[in-house]
Amino acid sequence: MNSLLRHKVTPVWLVLILATALSWEFGHGLGFGSHYGYATVAIVLIAFIKVRFVFLDFMELRTAPLPLRIVFEAWAVVVGSAILALYWSGTQASFCPLIRAPC
Amino acid sequence: MTVSIAVSPQAKRHLPGEPGVWVFILGDMLIFALFFVVFVYYRAHDVPLFSHSQSTLSQGFGAFNTFLMLTSSWFVALAVQAARTNPGKLSARLFALAFLCGFGFVVVKFFEYSEKIHAGITLTTNDFYMYYFVFTGIHLMHVLIGMGVLAFLWNTSRRAVFNAKNINLLESGASFWHLVDILWIVLFALLYLIK
Repeated sequence: MNSLLRHKVTPVWLVLILATALSWEFGHGLGFGSHYGYATVAIVLIAFIKVRFVFLDFMELRTAPLPLRIVFEAWAVVVGSAILALYWSGTQASFCPLIRAPC
Repeated sequence: MTVSIAVSPQAKRHLPGEPGVWVFILGDMLIFALFFVVFVYYRAHDVPLFSHSQSTLSQGFGAFNTFLMLTSSWFVALAVQAARTNPGKLSARLFALAFLCGFGFVVVKFFEYSEKIHAGITLTTNDFYMYYFVFTGIHLMHVLIGMGVLAFLWNTSRRAVFNAKNINLLESGASFWHLVDILWIVLFALLYLIK
């Protein structure tokens, strides 16, 4: 069991837990104060970095046939980018009336 | 005399599980990608409503369930390694631990839903809660199916001696459970954390 626990999936699990704690703190004001937009960008990026770790090390895509790995990594990049783009467009729209700037 | 054989990186590559399972996983991920995008799109149209509704969520439940999901995925990854390298029942015990984490997830979700329903919050309360109940409900169905898969893998690994051929079965089931974990990682960030 001890040798099994030394397998690389154990440090990966630890990183995933620590990343979750960090994103929880960002969601509760750590580091970004009232700049919710930046906190959200950090939260989404951390979520998709966690997803990539699960893909590569838990689902073993790191050693899977390259086309499969590329498809899954592309999913993470495309979906993460779409979420950030849509979030940012909403943030701009909701802040524009407050600062009386053209949207 | 030592003879070295050059092996190309491509030759070392290994598809964990059945190709059909990966097609299913990819299809499911595409559907959930649509869910995620739809949620953020409609959130962008009514940020105050979504932010206020999010503040009434039980964030502790969500965080604890994330811990359970990640830990169950870790147990499953270890169980597959154990089946490859350790003869004996270690793999079965690790699948059982993963199953218990999944069960814990369902119990926490039950309390979370109960709390909301007792507070008068349902699917029809507003758009945020409609997405919350629908997306987490569909994910919960995945968890329940995944628990069935884990129970099957526990039973199989209790009795089987694994070889390169039948380890495919374990890898397929494990990949499905990791998918359930991945979907929750993104749902947790979008529903509970983003501001």
